[in-house]
Amino acid sequence: MTRLFLALLLAFAPLTVAAQERVLSIGGSLTEVVVALGQEARLVGRDTTSTYPETVTDLPDVGYMRQLSPEGVLSVRPDLILLTEGAGPPETLATLRSAGVDLVTVAEGHSPEAVVAKIRAVAQALGVAQDGEILAARVADEIAAARAAAVQAPGPKPRVLFLLSNSGGRLTGSGSDTAAQAIIALAGGENALTGFAGYKALTDEAIASAAPDVLLVMERGAAGPQAKTDYRSHPAIAATPAGQAGRVVQMEGMFLLGFGPRTGQAIAALHGALYPELR
Amino acid sequence: MAAHRLPVPVVGGALGVLLGAATVASLSLGASGLLPWEPLWREISPTERAILFDIRLPRLLLGALVGAGLAVSGALMQGLFRNPLADPGLVGVGAGAGLGAVIAIVLGGALPAALRAATGIYLVPIFAFAGGWAATLILYRVASARGQTSIATMLLAGIVLGALAGAVTGLLIFAADDAQLRDLTFWGLGSLAGANWPKLAAAAPILILGLLSTPLLARGLDAMALGEPVARHMGVPVERVKRGAILAVAAMTGASVAVSGGIGFLGIVVPHILRLAIGPGHRLLLPLSALFGAALLVAADTAARLLVAPAELPIGILMALIGAPVFLWILLARRAHLEI
Repeated sequence: MTRLFLALLLAFAPLTVAAQERVLSIGGSLTEVVVALGQEARLVGRDTTSTYPETVTDLPDVGYMRQLSPEGVLSVRPDLILLTEGAGPPETLATLRSAGVDLVTVAEGHSPEAVVAKIRAVAQALGVAQDGEILAARVADEIAAARAAAVQAPGPKPRVLFLLSNSGGRLTGSGSDTAAQAIIALAGGENALTGFAGYKALTDEAIASAAPDVLLVMERGAAGPQAKTDYRSHPAIAATPAGQAGRVVQMEGMFLLGFGPRTGQAIAALHGALYPELR
Repeated sequence: MAAHRLPVPVVGGALGVLLGAATVASLSLGASGLLPWEPLWREISPTERAILFDIRLPRLLLGALVGAGLAVSGALMQGLFRNPLADPGLVGVGAGAGLGAVIAIVLGGALPAALRAATGIYLVPIFAFAGGWAATLILYRVASARGQTSIATMLLAGIVLGALAGAVTGLLIFAADDAQLRDLTFWGLGSLAGANWPKLAAAAPILILGLLSTPLLARGLDAMALGEPVARHMGVPVERVKRGAILAVAAMTGASVAVSGGIGFLGIVVPHILRLAIGPGHRLLLPLSALFGAALLVAADTAARLLVAPAELPIGILMALIGAPVFLWILLARRAHLEI
C-alpha cells in the first residue's frame, strides 16, 4: 500500500513542482547528488571540483568554487545554482542574487547524518523530494552496513596517517575537524595525528611520533603508482611501522573525502584496505 | 635619444584609441556573448541587464581607474626616488595592504561581531586599505625628522617594513586553514571579478582625487630630477612635493589593492615604455601613464575573462605573462638608457 502511494506520488511529483530546468552545481559532492537523483539532464554547468561521474566533465566549467566570476556563471544561463558551503566570493553571490538567480547553499558536514541532510537539501531544491528520500535511505543503509562491518573488526584500531600532499618531501597531514579524520574513524581506523585541527605541514618528528600503521594518500592521475613509492622512500615515513610494512592505501580524493552519495562505498573500501585480513 | 622620441600628439592619440578599443571590447566581450547595443533593438531580460549594467560596466570603470592609479603611482615613485626600479611597494602600501588582507581573511571570523556586521562582505578590502595607510604613515614618520623627509631612509625602512609584514603574513598563513590559503593565493594574484557599484563608489573618489592631484606635482618632480638642492634653489617646495607624492601614491595604491588584490607590473612597465616614447618630463608622463595604464588593464581584464570562459584567469598572472616579454623586447630593441 505504501509502495503504491509512493509510486503515485512519484508519478505526479514532476507536475506539482515548478521545476527549474537549468541547474548549475558548485561543489563536487553536490554534483554527485544531482546525478544520483537522476537529474543530470538538468545540469548546465559545474565547478572545477565536480569531476564525478566522468560525464559531468563535458559540462562547462565555471571555475574554482571560491573564485567564481559573475558573468561566467550567468553565461551558462542557470535558473538555479546549488552552492556548497564556502562557495564564493560573497561579492559574486550578491551580484548573482541581484540578477534574479535562485541560489541554494547546502551545508557541508563529515557525518552520515550530514550526507543524508545534503541529499535531502539538494532533492528539495530540485523539486524531487521523494526521489531524495529514496536516495537518502539507500545511502544511509549503505553507510550503516559499512559501519556495522567496521565496528565488528577485531583487535586494536590501525593508526592511519592521512597525507594531503607531498610537495618536494614536505608532507601535509590531517588533524581533527577534517573530512579525512571523519572517514578514517567511520572505517574503523584511528587518526594517527592529534593535537591540531585542519591540514598542516608535518615535521619529520611529528611523523615519527604519530607512528602510523597505514598511510592513506590520494590518487593523483597518472602520477599515482609513482607517488606510492615516493611516500615510502621519504626518510621519516620509512622509519614508521607503515613505512616498514609498506602499507600505503591510495584512494581517489573526491570518493574518499567528498561525503556524497558514495560515502558508504568509501567507508567499505577504506575498511577493507585497513583490515586486509578480514577479506 | 631625443631623435627617437615620438611626437606627443601621436602617442596621446594612439593611447586614446587603445583605451577606446579596450572599452568597447570590455563592454562587448564576455562569457555570455551579449553585445552592449542589443538593448537598442530588442527587449533584454533582467539577467542580461544585470550582465551589462551591474557586471561589465562597473568592472570596466573600476579597471580603468585602478589601471590609471597603479601606472601613475609607479611614475610618481620612480620620479620621487629617482630610481627606475621604484614602485608603489616601496612606500609600504603593498606590504601593509597585503597584511591587512591576510588578517581579514585568516582572522576575520575572530573579529568582533559588530565590526563584521558593519563591514559585511567588504571586510577584506577595508582591511587592505587600512593596512596600506598604516604602513605608509609609519614609514613617513620613520623617514621624517625636523620637517625633512629622507628619501633614502624611507626606501630602507620600506624594505624592512616589507620584511616584517611578510613575516607576520607568513605566521598567519601557517595558522590558516585550507580554504583560507586558497583565498590568500587568489587574492595575491589579483582580480577585478568582484567589481560592483558599491566597490566602485568607495574606490572611485579616492582614485580620481589622486589622479587629479598629480599635475600639481609634475613641475616639482621635474626639478627634483636634478637633485633636491637644485630643486630648492629653483624655488620648488621640495618637502611639499614629497609629501604630496607619497600621499597620492598611498591613496591610489591603497584603493586599488583594496578592490582588486595584488596586480603588479603596471607601475613599472607603463612609465618606462612612455619615457622611451616621449621622454621623462612629468607634465606629459603622468597623464599619459594614466591613459596607458587604464587601457592596458581594461584590455588585460577582458582577455582574462575570455581565455578560459566561463571561468577566468587571475589578472595579475596575465599582466606579467604578456607584459614581461613585451617589456624585455622593447628594452632589447631600443637598447636604451633608461632615463628618469
